[in-house]
Amino acid sequence: MFMKKLLENHNVTGWLMVSPLAAVLLIFLVMPIVLIVIVSFWRATEFSIIPAFEWDNYAFLFGSPVTYTVFFNTFKYAFITWAFTLVIGFTVAYYLAFHIRSLTWQIALFLLCTIPFWTSNIIRMISWIPFLGRNGIANSTLMSWGVIDEPVEWLLFSDFAVIVAFVHLYTLFMVVPIFNTMMRIDKSLIEAARDAGANGAQILWNVIIPLTKPGIMIGTIFVVTLVMGDFITVRFMSGSQSANVGRLISNDIALLQYPSASATAIVLLTTVLITIGILLRFVDIRKEL
Amino acid sequence: MEPRSKSFYVLSAFFALFVLFLYGPTLTIGVLSFQGEGGGLTFPMRGVSMYWFYDLFEQQAVGDIWGSFRRSIVLGFMVMVTTVVVSVIGGLAFRKKFAGSRILFYLIITALVIPSILVSLGVGLLFSQSGLDVHWSTSGFGAQLTWTLPFGLLIMFAVFNRFDKSYEEAARDLGASPWQTIRHVVLPIIAPSLIGVALFGFTLSYDEFARTLLTAGSYNTLPLEIYGMTTNVTSPVLYALGTLTTLFSLLIIGVFLALALLSNRRKARAGSDAGKAV
Repeated sequence: MFMKKLLENHNVTGWLMVSPLAAVLLIFLVMPIVLIVIVSFWRATEFSIIPAFEWDNYAFLFGSPVTYTVFFNTFKYAFITWAFTLVIGFTVAYYLAFHIRSLTWQIALFLLCTIPFWTSNIIRMISWIPFLGRNGIANSTLMSWGVIDEPVEWLLFSDFAVIVAFVHLYTLFMVVPIFNTMMRIDKSLIEAARDAGANGAQILWNVIIPLTKPGIMIGTIFVVTLVMGDFITVRFMSGSQSANVGRLISNDIALLQYPSASATAIVLLTTVLITIGILLRFVDIRKEL
Repeated sequence: MEPRSKSFYVLSAFFALFVLFLYGPTLTIGVLSFQGEGGGLTFPMRGVSMYWFYDLFEQQAVGDIWGSFRRSIVLGFMVMVTTVVVSVIGGLAFRKKFAGSRILFYLIITALVIPSILVSLGVGLLFSQSGLDVHWSTSGFGAQLTWTLPFGLLIMFAVFNRFDKSYEEAARDLGASPWQTIRHVVLPIIAPSLIGVALFGFTLSYDEFARTLLTAGSYNTLPLEIYGMTTNVTSPVLYALGTLTTLFSLLIIGVFLALALLSNRRKARAGSDAGKAV
């Protein structure tokens, strides 16, 4: 009797059902973050890390001019990537949602855009080498066209390559949510606008873009967090010549400087969460799924 | 139908360029992996051969490609099954508000937006500080779940937001128990989406790099192995491996998409009795 009553309680059944999820998130998300916070106050020697409570790691981090450059770089990558993925992603989603007329084709072309997402990011980065390299396709094409006389050096292993790779990897994260919101726009609104005398550009600007904002916001959150948290694309595509915060952390880890890595990680996490917090003010994610 | 506007053709060209941008590089390394024996990482092709593929199957001087491939597949299936089961149960639970459901929801979002290196670092620290050894099947498995579960759950939220509750009410009115309702009504309806969740679970795990970097221990998964190769292998064998693993991914994606299509058809057939009345 008691059991039955208990199981009729939403809170009890709810928690029973989410307990595996909650356990995974507790052990592999919450506890690790808590531990990183704790370790960020520890002290490191050359051989080990020692429990302590000191602000040295943070003091060193904020006292170093490198930190500011690297954070600036991180924001720079995030912003440039965001701008490109937004324009490309919006255009692609707009084309799929409003210019492709049969649902089958819409799904087929949408899948065509999605498939690379399910393949390896590292391979996709490597695959830029024959394209952007010194003797790569881009250089030889430009030379055969007579645009340049000798190979351009900054195509691969540069900030340019980093941005190309980011846009290549993450535009999909813009396409999917924007396409999703566009598909839910009531087509009669567009007809109404046209009947009222709006031209194509006006419809786009005054009807479609405002109604697509939630999708844009969700895409923005994905792209910005992925780029800000990245450490591997920047390292690989810049040929270790540029740094972002993720690389700062991974370099510390490689040197076994866990306390310092943790302090940087906490500052990065705080920055990302503040950015997300600001973006979330514009959108209610649960309503948009 | 109204005639196509000029913008349609402009946008079509844009879309074609985008698709070329997406697939071009991968196709290029696909071609270059057939590079002749003396060829390098870029064009021109010095003959066409399977040399670099044979090279993959020979004894490797460094690393253990096939071992890591096997581990990645096993791990992928572990993550896939766990993601599907946990996401479905979690998705069902989230249909009703319960105390703390909001906090849990924000945790899911946090898992999605947290820089991957924090998960890697944190889980690595957690295991080392508790005296446990990191291993791809324990710490690596858990670290990957923090990435695949949010995706699975978001898909389930989207599915249940569009789910017509009257099917369940009908089942209940006909005397079905809660379990029977789920087993015979809800699950068959959401089956195609479950295949989608499974696809995400497997491929995201199979390709995951950052979260397994510090949590896989001494036995590498395939992406870690490939990354190791980028620093010390400068021959097209890298492309051959890339081509093979991409083909493997495409095969998996194809199988899942075919399954989804089949299950959608089956649902359409079984779900409606229109036209069958006597």
